[in-house]
Amino acid sequence: MSAPDDVGYHARRHARWHVGEIVFWVLALASAFLFPSRYLVMTDIVRLGLFAMSIDLILGYAGIVSLGHAAFFGVGAYSAGLMALHGVVTEPLLALVLAGCAAMLLGFVTSFLVIRGVDLTRLMVTLGIAMLLEALAESFSGITGGTDGLQGIEMQPILGIFAFDMFGRTGFFYSLIVLFVLFLLARRIVHSPFGLSLRAIKNNPLRAAAIGIPVNRRLIAIYTVAAFYAGIAGALFTQTTALASLDVFAFERSADLLLVLIIGGTGYLYGGLIGAVVFRMLQEVFSTITPQYWQFWIGVVLVAIVMIGRARLHRWVLFLPNLLIAQVAGRKAAVAIPEGEGQ
Amino acid sequence: MTSILTNLFDGVAYGMLLFVLACGLAVTLGLMNFVNLAHGAFAMAGGYVCAVLVNQMGWPFFAGLPLAFVSAAAIGIVLERLLYRHLYARSHLDQVLFSIGLVFISVAAVDYIMGSQRIFINLPSVLEGQFDVLGVGIGRYRLMIIVICGLLTAGLQLVLARTRFGSRLRAAVDDPRVASGLGINVPQVFAFTFAFGCGLAGLGGALSAEVLGLDPYFPLKFMIYFLIVVTVGGSSSITGPFLASLLLGIGDVAGKYYVPKMGPFVIYTLMIVILIWRPNGLFGRTAAR
Repeated sequence: MSAPDDVGYHARRHARWHVGEIVFWVLALASAFLFPSRYLVMTDIVRLGLFAMSIDLILGYAGIVSLGHAAFFGVGAYSAGLMALHGVVTEPLLALVLAGCAAMLLGFVTSFLVIRGVDLTRLMVTLGIAMLLEALAESFSGITGGTDGLQGIEMQPILGIFAFDMFGRTGFFYSLIVLFVLFLLARRIVHSPFGLSLRAIKNNPLRAAAIGIPVNRRLIAIYTVAAFYAGIAGALFTQTTALASLDVFAFERSADLLLVLIIGGTGYLYGGLIGAVVFRMLQEVFSTITPQYWQFWIGVVLVAIVMIGRARLHRWVLFLPNLLIAQVAGRKAAVAIPEGEGQ
Repeated sequence: MTSILTNLFDGVAYGMLLFVLACGLAVTLGLMNFVNLAHGAFAMAGGYVCAVLVNQMGWPFFAGLPLAFVSAAAIGIVLERLLYRHLYARSHLDQVLFSIGLVFISVAAVDYIMGSQRIFINLPSVLEGQFDVLGVGIGRYRLMIIVICGLLTAGLQLVLARTRFGSRLRAAVDDPRVASGLGINVPQVFAFTFAFGCGLAGLGGALSAEVLGLDPYFPLKFMIYFLIVVTVGGSSSITGPFLASLLLGIGDVAGKYYVPKMGPFVIYTLMIVILIWRPNGLFGRTAAR
């Protein structure tokens, strides 16, 4: 078998749907019927998962470390809120896409700033952009409501049929469907030749450029797509909670987001989703121990993860599942974190 | 006219303070290439130690300042030996996550121990009020900041340029491998420098209680300012961060005074523009490492 065939074969094999993935989504859907009293928390998890998937696209696949991803979340949240508040676009689904596009536009414009320079400059620029937007939103309090946030947002029924109810049932299914559709899209993107070229760039930009991959253009493209995803997550936040306040831009949001993704693992799309579930559960546990100071424990978790090492931690977590799979199915582990992590 | 001069004076004091707070970070981030977002936590530690000593134990303010330095440096050296040194060779992402974790821990811990309200340090009456020089209002406290920070800066420059330790540090930073081949104990030099930087931050934290405000969210609120000083100033000498802090201080004070609505906006925009224009900082070397 010649080399290109070989690459294509492995790429296609990776791109096939695994049993585990189907189980994952069935479980996600089943949770809606298992815990009918926890719709609000589950919606929160779905939203967070989508947001984390967005940063996985740039961090896990393209290797861009961002400290200001909340900028796009915030733009999405405020656009959706403003559209609903002023009755510009009342249909939530259309407003969702438009809000995502607003964030995408910002992502496209700022991507030119981000692709310049090395890691440190990127960190500073992304952080700076988020801070900048927060300062802007605070200054233009006539439009954004300043520190009070947007108030009195009323959501119209989705497609004119499904009204948002107070238990968050509609909101949950709405978010879950949006997440699933966007996940399918992301899955298609990362398994396409485009996605493979991103991985090449992440591993070694110089070599990637040498084999003819237009590095900067690819990075701009994926950054823009990720901004779109983050904008959608932000818009979902506004639509399901009828809130938009300054803290959508807060640094803590970007920092928590990194933690979510790191808990779940980068570079296989499910990391953000699993991380969101674990993160929210951790948060619940910590809030019951020390209601006011749960951030302390979040900090401890972060330090512990880094000190132990991400790769080693994932090996430990996956030890049991892999053992089971090896025993039952009699083949090598199916669940694995892609190589090249944890340096 | 006099208001301009008063603002300039306040800005210089603010900038000098920022420099003392951030110059430790200039070494860890700029020279050792370690993204330490938790630098403000050491400053906060120093500030709170000083506050407890002065307010609750009745120490004089000028005795509290050296203690703020010593305690922050002690915390710094313990953390460096225990945690930081394992992460020098790791990716920036790991360093970012680790130091954010430290920030969260410090914020919650201080909130738990000291409460979330802003604290003030009791000042001796010598430092209160202001006097006029040719119609320009000079705050006594700010004058003291300028004197202390000016002396520190001069001292630092001398140590770096003239002493054996200074040349060792510069050698260790320029090329750790060659430096250790020449018999310089590179980890020791780094550890000492790190602790010293933390100590300076602690001193800055104690001084800043009156000017910047000291509360548990200090490390988060001023993180971006420290980072701006270092990234804009570059890391080839301490002159770069010094000039950057002066610019930032004067710009921030003037911005808040003349365009209160757009103050932070101007600062962040300037930072982004400068970073895009010169990714290694305004006064940095061009050679990327």
